[in-house]
Amino acid sequence: MSAADAKLTAFVRTKGRVRRPATVVVLCGLLAALLLTVLLATTVGAAGIPLSRLPAALGLTATDPANPFAARDQLVLWSIRIPRIAIAAMIGGMLGAAGAIMQGLFRNPLADPALVGVSSGGALAAAGAIVISDSRFAHYVAFLQPFLLPLAAFIGSLLTTIILYRISSRSGRTSIALFLLAGIAIAAIANAGIGLLVFIADDRQLRDITFWLLGSLSGATWSKAATIAPMLALGLIGMLFTSRGLDVLILGESEAFHSGVDVERLKRICIVLVSVMTGAAVSVCGVIGFVGIVVPHLLRLMIGPGHRLLLPASVGLGACLLVGADTLARTIVAPAEMPIGILTAAVGAPIFLLILLRQRGLVGL
Amino acid sequence: MAKSSVLTASGISLTIGQATLLDHVDLTITSGEMVAIVGPNGAGKSTLLRLLSADLRASRGAITLKGCDLHAWSPAELAMRRAMLSQHVSVSFPFTVEEVVQMGRGNMPLASAQVLVDAAIDEVGLGDFRYRELPTLSGGEQQRAHFARILVQLACGEAAHGPGILLLDEPTSSLDLRHQIELVEISRQRARSGTAVIAVLHDLNLAVRFADRIVVMRNGVIAAEGTPAETITSDVIRRVFDIDAVVARTEDGAPYLLPQMMQQIAISSVVAD
Repeated sequence: MSAADAKLTAFVRTKGRVRRPATVVVLCGLLAALLLTVLLATTVGAAGIPLSRLPAALGLTATDPANPFAARDQLVLWSIRIPRIAIAAMIGGMLGAAGAIMQGLFRNPLADPALVGVSSGGALAAAGAIVISDSRFAHYVAFLQPFLLPLAAFIGSLLTTIILYRISSRSGRTSIALFLLAGIAIAAIANAGIGLLVFIADDRQLRDITFWLLGSLSGATWSKAATIAPMLALGLIGMLFTSRGLDVLILGESEAFHSGVDVERLKRICIVLVSVMTGAAVSVCGVIGFVGIVVPHLLRLMIGPGHRLLLPASVGLGACLLVGADTLARTIVAPAEMPIGILTAAVGAPIFLLILLRQRGLVGL
Repeated sequence: MAKSSVLTASGISLTIGQATLLDHVDLTITSGEMVAIVGPNGAGKSTLLRLLSADLRASRGAITLKGCDLHAWSPAELAMRRAMLSQHVSVSFPFTVEEVVQMGRGNMPLASAQVLVDAAIDEVGLGDFRYRELPTLSGGEQQRAHFARILVQLACGEAAHGPGILLLDEPTSSLDLRHQIELVEISRQRARSGTAVIAVLHDLNLAVRFADRIVVMRNGVIAAEGTPAETITSDVIRRVFDIDAVVARTEDGAPYLLPQMMQQIAISSVVAD
């Protein structure tokens, strides 16, 4: 073989070659990033707690008697900031994972619970629950407190996802254009419903409803964190059973069935997982868009589309992203607070457009 | 090797709405046999294959696989006994060739399946493309990658449950001549070790080379069935495809098909006007 031939062969062998980082490296890296973000998030805020005072405030070391803020630090940290960070991390993780699962289920990188109305469906149901639980029907639902909102949001998200799947999927194929358009229509219907509820709500209900529409983490409490923690756990466990199936599902429903996947069961699990996680997120902090798009997209560029790693990594990166975004939201215009939805949309919408432009052929535009 | 029937379809029909796609088809496939299904467009070839793969359910009639009703197998059990290569598989996410081929392993741990994955990638000649993303490859290369994936599925299943069934829906549609022949060779090699291979083919000459038995379909029924010499005759071709063809013989006696010009009829009728 001549030198030129050898060079050509070497070129062909290396051209377009993709290397995937090791699973351990990715997960450890994300964990380290999350710890760093959390550390940063605990120190900054309306009441700054410098790193030097952090161990004492956390109760890890004895309180420094010379520090006049010791008691305040502890109070801020334990009753306001840490629950908020915990909720931001859990919700970010759930939104990231819900996006990744939904994209696998719909074989479409543009799927996002907030974008196609799944979050809106959840929000509508939750808003409905607020109005009902405050009305004369209250005693019918009283036994469900404090799970009423997450439950309502879950059911709303579940119904929306099922309707969306029924509309956009025919004989095992999913039309991406139909999916996006149907999602927009569903979101519009849900938003109209929310508008109606806002219209008929009294002042106190209105305050509660408006709180989610803005999408904010400012109402974070330990009890809310405790309510959504099981949902995250459920999501994490569910992922173990879906990752292989989702990989093969990318090839199409028939192919997945031929490869031995119980497609109907897989779809049901995925729809429930997406709905549980989206519903949990919506019930605590309203509709936060684009996390579910940005997180899996960035990860696919770095680690590839295999769901065995993509799903847990989406939890990690989603957590990082939302803790970071929330920290920014509460400091950027301090002492006021910017709705976090604005931040995620500002970053997420351009990325969404970028994917859309790249996939133009796929969407059929 | 004792030949035994592994797949039996008796009296299967498929009706969707008013349309009868398949009408009372009987078919028995024995292990180690290579069967080609041919016929004009819309004859029901792919439908028959999808029924045999359990992808579709027959409106009437029954299909048994290894003695059990086809739909009684769970998807996972079924996948261990039959592998199916579909006609068009589009992958919208950037999986690499290796990752796609690994998907064929089912529930087998990656560590033990990797040998089979490596072998299959080499067998279809994609060694140089193994770390390339599938959507960046040509149609033929993608088809070969999926064929490798199916080979891995077949090998994993056969390792546990003995010879299985390989269903191929127009496996050569995007392949160049050399890779068409290679695919046929690989399939024949599997048949020698007991796998039953059933392929829908458009190229009749390739079907003659490929198959021990040819099933000719037309309008949802089997129009002719038998060895290549029995089925590929000018009479059958005229009856099924509505064309005149010269059937020549190669040196070893295999029929070889040369279609005649059809336009003569059309041109003469235009001239008559």
